[in-house]
Amino acid sequence: MTRAKRNRLIYNIVTFVLVIGAFILLQSMIANKSITRSLKGQLVPICCWVVMAVSLNLVIGISGELSLGHAGFMSVGAYTGAVVSGWLLNACAIENTTLRLVLAIVAGGIMAGVMGALIGIPVLRLRGDYLAIVTLAFGEIIRNLVNVLYVGVADGRLAFSFLNKKMPEGVTMLVDGAKGAVKIKPVSTFTAGFVLIMITLLVVLNLVNSRAGRAIKATRDNRIAAESMGVPVTKYKMMAFVTAAALAGMAGALYGLNSSTVVPTQFTFNQSINVLVFVVLGGLGNVLGSVISATLLTVLPEMLRAFSDYRMLVYAVVLILVMIFTNNPLIRSVMNSAIAPLKRTLRGKKQGGDIA
Amino acid sequence: MSQVKRRANVKMVPLQSDAIVPERDINKAPVLEARHLGIEFGGLKAVDDFNLTIGRTEIAGLIGPNGAGKTTVFNLITKVYEPTMGAVLINGHDTKGLSIVQASKLGIARTFQNIRLFDQMTVEENVRIGLHNQIKYDMVTGILRLPRYWKQEKRQHEKALDLLHIFDMEKLADETAGSLPYGVQRRLEIVRALATNPSLLLLDEPAAGMNPHETEELMENIAKIRDQFQIAILLIEHDMSLVMGVCEGICVLNFGKVIAKGTADEIQANPVVIEAYLGKKKEAQA
Repeated sequence: MTRAKRNRLIYNIVTFVLVIGAFILLQSMIANKSITRSLKGQLVPICCWVVMAVSLNLVIGISGELSLGHAGFMSVGAYTGAVVSGWLLNACAIENTTLRLVLAIVAGGIMAGVMGALIGIPVLRLRGDYLAIVTLAFGEIIRNLVNVLYVGVADGRLAFSFLNKKMPEGVTMLVDGAKGAVKIKPVSTFTAGFVLIMITLLVVLNLVNSRAGRAIKATRDNRIAAESMGVPVTKYKMMAFVTAAALAGMAGALYGLNSSTVVPTQFTFNQSINVLVFVVLGGLGNVLGSVISATLLTVLPEMLRAFSDYRMLVYAVVLILVMIFTNNPLIRSVMNSAIAPLKRTLRGKKQGGDIA
Repeated sequence: MSQVKRRANVKMVPLQSDAIVPERDINKAPVLEARHLGIEFGGLKAVDDFNLTIGRTEIAGLIGPNGAGKTTVFNLITKVYEPTMGAVLINGHDTKGLSIVQASKLGIARTFQNIRLFDQMTVEENVRIGLHNQIKYDMVTGILRLPRYWKQEKRQHEKALDLLHIFDMEKLADETAGSLPYGVQRRLEIVRALATNPSLLLLDEPAAGMNPHETEELMENIAKIRDQFQIAILLIEHDMSLVMGVCEGICVLNFGKVIAKGTADEIQANPVVIEAYLGKKKEAQA
């Protein structure tokens, strides 16, 4: 096994072990009832934000495109999930919550993936920052669209409308305009969130270390060179973008089905930027970093609740400190030299840097 | 070195019009034909009426003073630019309207004047991108790690190391491409281009930034690559020892126009070339 391969394997194993370990720890804490209520309530959202961060990292860190509307895909997933789950309950009388949740998540993923493809087909052909502009607009358009969207189920049929009056008799509303998706029966569980994280990690990490993933990275590093080597750039940018959108949709469905209502204002531009902060702070292209930063930055505002008014201030200071510390060459070199002996033992003694 | 010198005196055979190819390639279809090729950038004719025929296993050189349009010719052949006049035929196929990717699939590979490696990827991964269309499996196979994934990854790995062996670079397989010294990066670009299994290899200033010893080594390697892979090579170079030593046919470009074509000896004796280019250089050296 080559050195690069071994490092990659260690990285992947550490990522999975950390996530699985955290899951087991939290589950046992729940069993022992030694977990605070606020943290327990946050478990599913944490899973959602981790999936969001990892999937956005696929777009930004690995394919090198800037997407500013990731919350838009989440909202598509959340609404699709709420509608599908409501329809399955009211029209098909499926009581099994796990089945409803799985179908809702799959539907949310597909819907968001389709949206991603619709945006990607025209935009990813262009060079430059067009994707950032279009995804920014997409997030706003989706928010305004669902703001006037009415979906109801009557006699086993779904009824869609952008005008409330058009609804048939005896309708059960699933999405009620600005009130959002209403009367959702929460079916999300922490276990489902964990499984979704595992699927996301599996997809992203396996994709990165495959032929398609290398092609995606090549288009990021040098577009012209990639094309000259016969790599169809648009295809691989699409692959990364649509996969990320679908994963965000799945996270959205899980998020939406975690509470009784979903409102459009939950998925604003600010949320997209939040996810972007997770990715940048965790490190571009660093999947494990995204997992950790998404978790910490979701928990942190709640932990800082004691400071009430000052918590966003503290949050900002923490962000700045992390950025200073991870980017300071002096601190980095000290950290690297601290890790170096450990790395050397892992590697074995054979490696010499014979370049030339 | 003597072997390389002999190559410079290879017998060139004229085809119809003024195109020339080595005698051994005369009965084979040429790998590249540029016919009356030209491109205008807003009224400026960067390349004008450029004609070139390259034989199946020929090593050809494209020389000329700075700004003569040499790299533009490369960009026209590889479809980075669409020509405004004339045509490029690769292995007999007209490349009109093709994309860079499609041109690559027809059998052209190139290196770049300002090195364009995938800096954040390892040396081996860079070569594997060259193998992208050679050893394939789809995205789902990769994500699910199906048996085909393992089989094809192994083939890619072995092929990549084989190719890296040309320049004895197997040891560097795990290094990050961006961290390599300049000369090694240039060699990696050649290996990556070879991985696409081209029939024509375009080298844009392969010896730039190399010392005389490295240049001599490169010269031998270029001949070796041609012999081993049986491909044609077209190179742009300012280092005359390399061009005169390894190229069989040489084309001289000045202000976007071809001013001379021929073997190394003919070019060195050509008064037009000496005036435009070589004469100045000799005076400067003396």
